[in-house]
Amino acid sequence: MEHNILEVTSLSKNYGKTEAVKDISFAVRPREIVGLLGPNGAGKTTTIDMILGVLKPTKGSVVIGGRDIASDRSEALMLTNFAAVYAQLPGNLTVYQNLKFFGLIYGVSNLEKRIRDIMADFDIEQFKKVKYGILSSGEQTRVSLAKAMLNEPHLLLLDEPTASLDPSTAEDIRKKIRNHVAGNASGVLWTSHNMYEVTDVCDRVLFLSHGEILLEGDPKKLPAEYGKKNLEELFIAITREPLIAESI
Amino acid sequence: MDIKRIYAIFLRQIYLIRGTGTRFVQIFIWIVVDITLWGFISKYLTAVTGGGFSFMAIFIGAVLLWDFSTQVMQGVTMLFFEDVWSRNFLNIFASPLKVSEYVSGLVFVSVGRSILALIVMLLLASLAFGFSMIVYGAFLALFVFILFLFGIALGLIGISIVLRWGPSAEWFIWPIPALLSPFVGVFYPLTVLPPWMQTVGWLLPPSYVFTGVRTLIEGGALSMPTLLGGFILAVVYIIAAYALFLMVYRKAIKTGLIARYSAETVV
Repeated sequence: MEHNILEVTSLSKNYGKTEAVKDISFAVRPREIVGLLGPNGAGKTTTIDMILGVLKPTKGSVVIGGRDIASDRSEALMLTNFAAVYAQLPGNLTVYQNLKFFGLIYGVSNLEKRIRDIMADFDIEQFKKVKYGILSSGEQTRVSLAKAMLNEPHLLLLDEPTASLDPSTAEDIRKKIRNHVAGNASGVLWTSHNMYEVTDVCDRVLFLSHGEILLEGDPKKLPAEYGKKNLEELFIAITREPLIAESI
Repeated sequence: MDIKRIYAIFLRQIYLIRGTGTRFVQIFIWIVVDITLWGFISKYLTAVTGGGFSFMAIFIGAVLLWDFSTQVMQGVTMLFFEDVWSRNFLNIFASPLKVSEYVSGLVFVSVGRSILALIVMLLLASLAFGFSMIVYGAFLALFVFILFLFGIALGLIGISIVLRWGPSAEWFIWPIPALLSPFVGVFYPLTVLPPWMQTVGWLLPPSYVFTGVRTLIEGGALSMPTLLGGFILAVVYIIAAYALFLMVYRKAIKTGLIARYSAETVV
């Protein structure tokens, strides 16, 4: 039996009296893309920060590939990588320099070949010697995703990964991520406000609101279960009336 | 510790220095100004006092050693500031890089930078003013090592302050060497200071170095136990400074400051 890629158990984060995340538990299985959805301030980024080990939980545990982030932080993060709109790469390094730097940090073997391959994969070869800071936002997104895939992570955390991409490139990127998940038995935790994208790419979604998971399920089936036309309608309904999730 | 990850930190600095000339010039500009200024002051004082006192050995040597310690400190802080300026904390601290590896990377960059600065200072002092560090004999290695350890400790204290209080605390870091210099007797013996300043001075390792430098120049016998005291003090400083950085880092992880560093504070 395959172990879960990510296991989050009873995770909580309090800031003083404010409970940002309240006792949430979930898992990401191999070859699974899980969407973490919720309105602004729901606790998505707080959850991701705890998974990445840059925020200490008040309670609970995060285990990545069998390694607890609290006790085996470096080993757990070797199996992980991420791309987020709020975590841009250093703008004063070129694309190649960024990939080389992070490739060494993540212990990527045969690094030069891997850099060549990933640059070809994400169609960024022409920017090899260009500083990251002067690329367009769409080009920066592609480089950030290349960095996130550099170590072929078991767990990939993506926060709005296609936000700055044109529809054609976004579709191409989704395909690459799906291929990566299928080919490497990896798992992805994907946050996005684009419900059409989430429906298309995610195998399962978790709805987070006020730090709690209100519901989870297959994004293609969930809307019908709640009498809604699509995931966007369901998102809006749950955001405005969270009790709807408990009433069914 | 993973040597490749430490190398990555070092390599990034090479990329940055290669990419922008100002980073390279910045290493040398102040040390060249200092050596030139104090070289001519020493020359003038030697001339007006009839050459009875070795101002060159006292002043140039002192400036050279103090600037070396400052360069070591800046080697640590500058690289940390690169992560502050490029808002790179999340990428760095959400990676497998351990704090010990990050700090080791900063230290290695600092070693490279300070050795480069030392060579330039020695060349300039020698070619322009005929000063040679040979006057310090075998003690030079110990002087340099104590100042190196203290510079690293100052650098770690500096980055702890900036990590704790945010980018705006950066202004506080640059003048630290200047603030300490009156207490450590770079240009004069500690005995000229009021008692409270002497007490502070003897708590700082460079005081032992500069006292030693003057003793040698004046032809006295250097007290090895005193110099070793300075060395032990420097080791204590570096351990305490690393512990401080770890404490501040853990607090930043607990409060979430690392992930929201641009906010400066999460309280």
